[in-house]
Amino acid sequence: MSHASTYKPQTAIERWLDKRLPIVRFSDDFMNFPTPKNLNYWWTFGAILVVCLVIQIITGVVLAMHYTPHKDLAFDSIEHIMRDVNYGWLMRYVHANGAAMFFLAVYIHMFRGLYYGSYKEPRELNWILGVVIFLLMMATAFMGYVLPWGQMSFWAATVITNFFTAFPIIGEPIKTLLLGGPAVDNATLNRFFSLHYLLPFAIFGVVVLHIWAFHTSGNNNPTGVDVKDVKKDTVPFHPYYTVKDGFAIAVFMLLFAAFVFFNPNGMGHPDNYIPANPLVTPAHIVPEWYFLPFYAILRAITFDIGPVSSKLCGVLAMFGSIAVLFVLPWLDTSKVRSMRYRPVAQLWFVLFVVACLALGFFGGKPAEGWYVLGSQIATAYYFAFFLIILPLLGLFEKAKPQPKSIADSVLKKAPASSVGAIAQPAE
Amino acid sequence: MRRSFLINAAAAAALAIIPAAAIAAGGGALEYKHQHWHFKGPFGTYDREAMQRGFQVYKTVCASCHGVEQLAFRNLGDKGGPFYLEECPAGVPETTNCKVPAENPVVKAIAAEYTVKDGPDDLGDMFDRPAAPSDKLPRPFANEQQARAANGGAYPPNLALIMKARHHGPDYVYSLLTGYQEAPETVTLGPGQHYNPYFAGDMSQLLKPEYRDAEGHPLPDVKVPPGGVLAMVAPLSDGVIDYADPAIPETVDQYARDVVEFLTWASEPKMEERKSLGVVTIGYLLILTIVLFFSYRAIWAKIDH
Repeated sequence: MSHASTYKPQTAIERWLDKRLPIVRFSDDFMNFPTPKNLNYWWTFGAILVVCLVIQIITGVVLAMHYTPHKDLAFDSIEHIMRDVNYGWLMRYVHANGAAMFFLAVYIHMFRGLYYGSYKEPRELNWILGVVIFLLMMATAFMGYVLPWGQMSFWAATVITNFFTAFPIIGEPIKTLLLGGPAVDNATLNRFFSLHYLLPFAIFGVVVLHIWAFHTSGNNNPTGVDVKDVKKDTVPFHPYYTVKDGFAIAVFMLLFAAFVFFNPNGMGHPDNYIPANPLVTPAHIVPEWYFLPFYAILRAITFDIGPVSSKLCGVLAMFGSIAVLFVLPWLDTSKVRSMRYRPVAQLWFVLFVVACLALGFFGGKPAEGWYVLGSQIATAYYFAFFLIILPLLGLFEKAKPQPKSIADSVLKKAPASSVGAIAQPAE
Repeated sequence: MRRSFLINAAAAAALAIIPAAAIAAGGGALEYKHQHWHFKGPFGTYDREAMQRGFQVYKTVCASCHGVEQLAFRNLGDKGGPFYLEECPAGVPETTNCKVPAENPVVKAIAAEYTVKDGPDDLGDMFDRPAAPSDKLPRPFANEQQARAANGGAYPPNLALIMKARHHGPDYVYSLLTGYQEAPETVTLGPGQHYNPYFAGDMSQLLKPEYRDAEGHPLPDVKVPPGGVLAMVAPLSDGVIDYADPAIPETVDQYARDVVEFLTWASEPKMEERKSLGVVTIGYLLILTIVLFFSYRAIWAKIDH
């Protein structure tokens, strides 16, 4: 912890513990962590994401008690959960919709980090750990989607693992290793189940590092200005942010519950209620919505580049779209952290959000007609934003004056807040 | 139903609608006839009498080719099921608890009409016995090969999940069942093919030669009929099933509506439990949200932020 411990053991048992395993001190320091007092609602998604992870693990462990990872039994074991297990339908709908809610929250969390420059010195590792979590989430979600062994499960597994064959020489062995054989079969289902159970705990571990990292560097905040005076600029995490996060979590849960109880299959695909059939290919193989932007990038590259096939280019572009996030802290040359004081950057950022949403839209459309051109333009902008716009903006743009301190920005609210109006929630 | 909840979060709405928009209309089928269903909406429930009639339609007509693979007889007597009994009817012994599907006399009577294979017995032989509530409803065919052989190569799909396995399942099944038509003049149907404008397919393949060019594509001024052909002959006709209640019309439209009600329950038997728990959950969360909001305001009252 970056702040001096204020904990004083009051009781004999606390004093005893404090000499041996200072777990009470740790919790006390954690809850009293000095947190900038100007965090807006976009900052509540960190806590929301922790809740999402815990919900997924709890419902997942219960589902695993009733699920059978065998190609002849998996589909029916899901229906057994839906029909015969007490509240099995609830567990399963919470888990399935929970994955989507998890991604919704993580995307908002990432856009927030991007807008307020939360990846900049000294929080580079914090951001990188976040990208690692995101990658692990994608792997976990993909493998989880395969487990019901419906038509979309089977064909998603087939399509995704086929990406790897685009790589020369190493491609085929990687695919065989992933599938446990030449094609998607029982071995695939078994290893996907095993990894789907394992990876969330890996996520949990990286989340601990992610939280540890910003407890060392301190939270970023909407002004991007460092904490100057702990007394004036910060409040203890508890009760100030436990209650604010708690409120945001409750609102998020309302949306979550609306899906689970009143439209539980709204984000799913009907084909996954048809058992997997290797002999029948669905008319449209479409991933879940949270993968659509990456699917669009994959399919946007419809042309060979030199000796490199369009298929390999597409796969490289898709992996590249995430790889570029790892080096983002060094691509952005601006010394100003928060885009609140970068009016030009704000416009490019809004365009970036639009490009990501557009990629999501194109990912769900068949790769034909103007959808292809649209996804190519959006893909080009996605990469240009990181590789051209952010590096150059920092050199040429003229930033607005930043407040001297967080306390300063809070007291003189009016002029500063109009700048960030585009992406700022009601506070 | 979806829209009203999405007002909650515009961002989520944009994301959630993507998959819906992503679904291309398969094969140019006609738009389904959208019906008002009793089970629609956040407070919608199943119409029990319609479900019971729907089971009769399934049993009399559909069951000769289609299974309801995930359904056991006992499910019919589950809470929310078509034959659930809150209280025992007159004449049932007092010790019977009719709320329990295994003791439900209606369910037991339905099950007893069927014969299932069991065994092996002590001598190692398989034997037939009357079905019990714990048995799954017997499938019409022993395996897929037998089903295909009996249906001109087509495999009648399992109906226990059909409403969730098709886009707009209830409207689709209703439209299909009531939508059979004479094939248009411009096409020739093969043996065992039946035209339905609501079935996903490609009718351009069946256009008569005079409506196609040398490469087999439809001529420019020829309109390709919507829909496709399927192996299933129109299964319903007016009056084929006798309803006990004389007030209910014995028409294709009514049969289709009733069997949709039954099969929707078969696909999503916990819907009523889900929605009622949902109302409680949303109510609880609303109160929690309000309490937390005012706690937040109170705790932060003295802080400039």
